[in-house]
Amino acid sequence: MDKRSYTPHPFEPTKSELPPEAARHTKTNRRSFLKRTGGGLVVFFAFNDLFSYSNESPAASTTADPVIGVDAWIRIGQDGKITVYTGKVEVGQNIRTSLSQIVAEELMVPVSVVSMIMGDTDLVPYDAGTFGSRTTPQMGTQLHKAAATAREALIAMAAKKWNTGTADLKTENGMVLSKRDNKKISYGELTRGNQLLMPVSEKAKVIAATDWKIAGKTIAKINEQSFITGKHEYVSDMKMPGMLYGKVLRAPSYKAKLLEVNILKIPGVTYVQDGDFIGVAAPDIPTARKAMQAIKAKWHEEAGQPSDKNIFDWLFTHASGPHDDRNAGDTQGNVENGLSHADFKLASTYNIQYIAHVPLEPRAAVAQWEDGKLTVWTGTQRPFGVQQELMDVFNLPKEKVRVLVPDTGSGYGGKHSGEAAIEAAKLAKEAKKPVKLVWTREEEFTWAYFRPGGVIEVNAGVNKDGSIPAWKFINYNSGGAGLETQYKISNRRIAYLPSDTPLKQGSYRGLAATANVFARECHMTDLARLIHMDPLEFRVKNLEDTRFIDVLQAAAKAFNWTGPKSNGHGYGIAGGFEKGGYVGCCAEVMVTNNKEVKVIRIVQAFDCGAIINPHHLENQAMGSIVQGLGGALFEAIEFADGKIHNAGLSSYRVPRFTDVPAIEIVLLDRKDKPSAGAGEACIVGVAPAIRNAIVDATGVALNHLPMIPAGRLI
Amino acid sequence: MILNVNGERHELTVDPEVELLTVLRDYLHLTGSKYGCGEGACGACTVLVNDQPARSCVTPVSAVIGKDVTTIEGLEKNGELHAVQKAFLATDAFQCSYCASGVIMSATALLKNNPAASEDEIIKTMNGNVCRCGTYPYILKAIKMAQLNK
Repeated sequence: MDKRSYTPHPFEPTKSELPPEAARHTKTNRRSFLKRTGGGLVVFFAFNDLFSYSNESPAASTTADPVIGVDAWIRIGQDGKITVYTGKVEVGQNIRTSLSQIVAEELMVPVSVVSMIMGDTDLVPYDAGTFGSRTTPQMGTQLHKAAATAREALIAMAAKKWNTGTADLKTENGMVLSKRDNKKISYGELTRGNQLLMPVSEKAKVIAATDWKIAGKTIAKINEQSFITGKHEYVSDMKMPGMLYGKVLRAPSYKAKLLEVNILKIPGVTYVQDGDFIGVAAPDIPTARKAMQAIKAKWHEEAGQPSDKNIFDWLFTHASGPHDDRNAGDTQGNVENGLSHADFKLASTYNIQYIAHVPLEPRAAVAQWEDGKLTVWTGTQRPFGVQQELMDVFNLPKEKVRVLVPDTGSGYGGKHSGEAAIEAAKLAKEAKKPVKLVWTREEEFTWAYFRPGGVIEVNAGVNKDGSIPAWKFINYNSGGAGLETQYKISNRRIAYLPSDTPLKQGSYRGLAATANVFARECHMTDLARLIHMDPLEFRVKNLEDTRFIDVLQAAAKAFNWTGPKSNGHGYGIAGGFEKGGYVGCCAEVMVTNNKEVKVIRIVQAFDCGAIINPHHLENQAMGSIVQGLGGALFEAIEFADGKIHNAGLSSYRVPRFTDVPAIEIVLLDRKDKPSAGAGEACIVGVAPAIRNAIVDATGVALNHLPMIPAGRLI
Repeated sequence: MILNVNGERHELTVDPEVELLTVLRDYLHLTGSKYGCGEGACGACTVLVNDQPARSCVTPVSAVIGKDVTTIEGLEKNGELHAVQKAFLATDAFQCSYCASGVIMSATALLKNNPAASEDEIIKTMNGNVCRCGTYPYILKAIKMAQLNK
């Protein structure tokens, strides 16, 4: 067994949300950068002030060979083709498409001219990873600027060539045109024979969202046809000459220690034993399975590990002191004082179970060693993070490890780590042949990591006029994202206290906001009910951010919030602000006489700034809502004594066709605001809106996630 | 062992108990059919066996000897996409698309067996296919479009 599996996930949710700092760590030198970019015009995004380079002939030798930090770059080739190099990866969120649209927009070329090189550590600049809804606001903004810089540079080059001013020139369809005499020249011709390296100009004028012609429009997923014909090669589909198939022996439970092992070796199979790690590589899957069956291992298992039945007591009693990073929460005013003067007080405890990401493509890796260099293809959201893990395990320098990420079968925050990559590399090193390792569904459920479980204690006061004089909100273990309240509350104490998690935990879509927004929005509705105020009116009364108010009201309007309700039906509302996106969610439920709960419809309004691709944005919102239904209603990991008891898709229930209610999505296109990421915020309102609708219908407050694993009120 | 896959005859030597999915993917390199769960619970591995949907991850290869197996790679005819694929292409339904092959094969079987399936019938029949990205409403839209285009 790989010991690494036992250590807590090294990237706590809150830390993994901080790419800008981390991104500064990796640097490249100028010579290798030039070598990697090739000819043509290259515009790179750098953190340092690199304008000094632009005046230099790139071919000139420099004795100092200065180090530069680059985040992304765009290359305009001599054939007019535009290539974007980025460490972001495509896991279904369709950023290959949206980022292409951004570059095509600024350079005024068809999207088909733009190609994206993504997640290849040998070719692209360092990137901390694809998570935290950072791609659109961070990488998207940079690419806008970089492509605008390139456009202006091309115009300047044409002006020089034609000995004219830039004011007479414009760009159109891959050409620079003279407005005066209709002369034109293609980008490729302009860059021919040149190798120009220039940093992004902060002064470059990006095209306003109101003037977008390519961005802001629905275009189809790039390479869509390869996906619907089965031709796209995911890592799990790869096959290389001489490739072997790997399998790894797993411990029977967490924290188990290998006592003894008896390996009955099968000819033609490669075996690796390295401490508790035992793996095989065989010419085909059936042989690899036989080889595994012929390994008899005895383990010492650790008894007394907590279960999903006593987990909340465990997390509460094993909590440590306040977290000390930026999601530690805050304290303002005097909560006790505020509570003592409130007209009403309400204390509730919200319990959140661990859930699994269940990416339909499990972890997979193909590893190959050639001349001491390790190359691994793997589906990860953090190619450079996995590169680092491989460097650490095999004690290799950066240039000896290459990680490539073909477009991958989803992640949802669950593919930050490189377990399969390490395992495949260990086997390939011994076998001296490429090895593919695809985790089984059971392995993915058991040996990846989970969205944290948690306990959230909320104690708040409310006055008859709808003001909130006190708010105490303590989160045990589930994390800091979404902890802060957007409501006006003068006396508050908000804190996140990590605990001793018995399961490996890590990032998830929306991170801890799925838990924190649930507790906050449930409590808001319950406070409104105490003073008999409409829950929407109560929220609006306590909000200042008009974008937040707008999404709540837009959802309520489309939902017909004040409309009549059928018998046994209830309406619920919830809102959230997460990763730059505002979401308002309304839900209608029906509760039958025998306490069956059915979600009838969900209406969600979403504002994430200027919309880049309306269909793909709506699809992301839809996906978040549907995934949110699972965590809200029935998803939960069942565990005891270090074992996962529902590590399969027949036992762990995920949302299916019949679980989907009527869903309406209202997109607010804020062309006056920068585009924010869209993969996460839409998940946070679903659970509290449904829960609040159930309260409305029945008076029963379900303060636990999942709410109705058996489909009915208990 | 002789297998008929996508109208082609394949001769191969393999343990008859090995599941069809592994044979398709690793022996015939038809990797369009995906592994998702290994217990027939997610539908990512769906293929047609004599025009009926089958979960190839729990079907022993011996069970399809003498039968016609169709995978996603066999849907195109003379370079033209199948009507169901065309509808999915037009709808741009998927996100990561790992479920796509299985979804399209299940939908193809559904529309072959029940061309006028009601929305309710579509939803019930497709319930065995998991799309973890949650694109179900778009999948439904694509299947309805394929119904009209037939």
